[in-house]
Amino acid sequence: MTEAFLGPLHLGEPTADASFLSVLQRRGVDPRWDTADASGIAVPEATTVLALTWADGVVIAGDRRATAGNLIAHTRVRKVYEADRHSAVAISGTAGMAVELIKLFRTELEHYEKIEGASLSLEGKANFLARMIRGNLSLAFQGLIVIPLFCGYDTKEATGRLFSYDVIGGRYDELDYATTGSGGAEARAFLKGVWRRDLSRDEALAASIEALISAAEEDSATGGPDLKRGIYPNVLVVTADGVEEIDDETLAAMTAPIVADRP
Amino acid sequence: MSMPFYVPPEQMVKDRADFARKGISRGRPIVVVQLDDGILLIGENRSPSLRKIGEVYDRIAFAGVGRFNEFETLRVAGIRYADLKGFSYSREDVTGKGLANAYSQTLGQVFSHEIKPYEVDIIVAELGETRADDSIFRIQFDGTLRDAEGFAVLGAYVDEISAALEGALGEGTTLEQAIALSCAAIEEAGGEPIEAHDWEIALLDRTAGRRTFRRLTTDEITSARS
Repeated sequence: MTEAFLGPLHLGEPTADASFLSVLQRRGVDPRWDTADASGIAVPEATTVLALTWADGVVIAGDRRATAGNLIAHTRVRKVYEADRHSAVAISGTAGMAVELIKLFRTELEHYEKIEGASLSLEGKANFLARMIRGNLSLAFQGLIVIPLFCGYDTKEATGRLFSYDVIGGRYDELDYATTGSGGAEARAFLKGVWRRDLSRDEALAASIEALISAAEEDSATGGPDLKRGIYPNVLVVTADGVEEIDDETLAAMTAPIVADRP
Repeated sequence: MSMPFYVPPEQMVKDRADFARKGISRGRPIVVVQLDDGILLIGENRSPSLRKIGEVYDRIAFAGVGRFNEFETLRVAGIRYADLKGFSYSREDVTGKGLANAYSQTLGQVFSHEIKPYEVDIIVAELGETRADDSIFRIQFDGTLRDAEGFAVLGAYVDEISAALEGALGEGTTLEQAIALSCAAIEEAGGEPIEAHDWEIALLDRTAGRRTFRRLTTDEITSARS
């Protein structure tokens, strides 16, 4: 830091910049992971997450398991988060980095909104997330990969929208559904069979739960619902009214018949 | 090397304070009121885009009078301070007291080190779990930090407005009553009526979730006053 800042509030900084990430970068405290090669260490990996559009919005869900190599590292990991009032984000990949990235993303959205007095557009949020993934590119080459799904309600277009990403920060608009993580292919195959544009809210919730069960049946890194211990997936619904998290009681009531009817 | 003229510190401080006070006393007033259900922030503001009242953090609001660009700089710096602290530690570690102290230190340094002092007075309001846990901090242009109890007034006509509100507000005062009383006191002091859309009113809402700050719409203001 060469600039002279006045007082504990750093008054010398440019006022017109609404980005929280820039504040961290200017002060040299942005999250960094400096590593030459991460292939030798077994860090926890967050696995399957998915999102699908339905008649009035989007459902986004994720299983609760994190693995490290062949071990189950955690059984109650949260991979799906409310990003702000009208959007939600889910992550797969290196869990520790992903959680930090989500925290930074959520802070960025709120920071921007407070400074500018208006929320970023949904498009703007999706693009910023892409930029954050791209910033991790060198780590991705070393095996520390984070891939998110992002969805939200576009208040301008009055529709739910869904974005998927690739490992280098490529951003893709999805009209129907998207999955990522180790059980993503299986979840995707399931959703392909049941998805319709006019799914009701309950149908979309049931589809997301069963897709994760389907993934857990084929992929050892994906955790299915554990009715005995009360472990259910995290499921969020995004509509014009905002983001709503489905509570465990509701999930329990929806999951039991699905599990019973599975072939 | 030329010697600078000697100015006694008493003189310097007095000159600077007089200068700052002159600017601030022309600023349109802001009233902050503690309620059972939250903290109300009211100001007259004819500009729909330039804000005098703003959200800083989950339970903290900011209000400023004086030069817009100066309190805007302070508002943005406060949001950065709060978000950085919450990001580095935890959301609950961001407190109104910490922020008020940072403002006080910063304004104090600007007052004595910069070419001219900031012509602003600001308020940091923090919503507690209950009314008794609320804090309202007034920070002056020179860094002087004071606690306010019940309500606080900034800008022009401080004495007149304070006199009108003293005793009129208290426990049990509703949001509508507080709006009606404060707006009437500001209009009375200024000597002219103010249109509903020229008010900027926000609330730290004790009944809300994580983010408690919300702006009142013109319709809400009109109905509160009718």
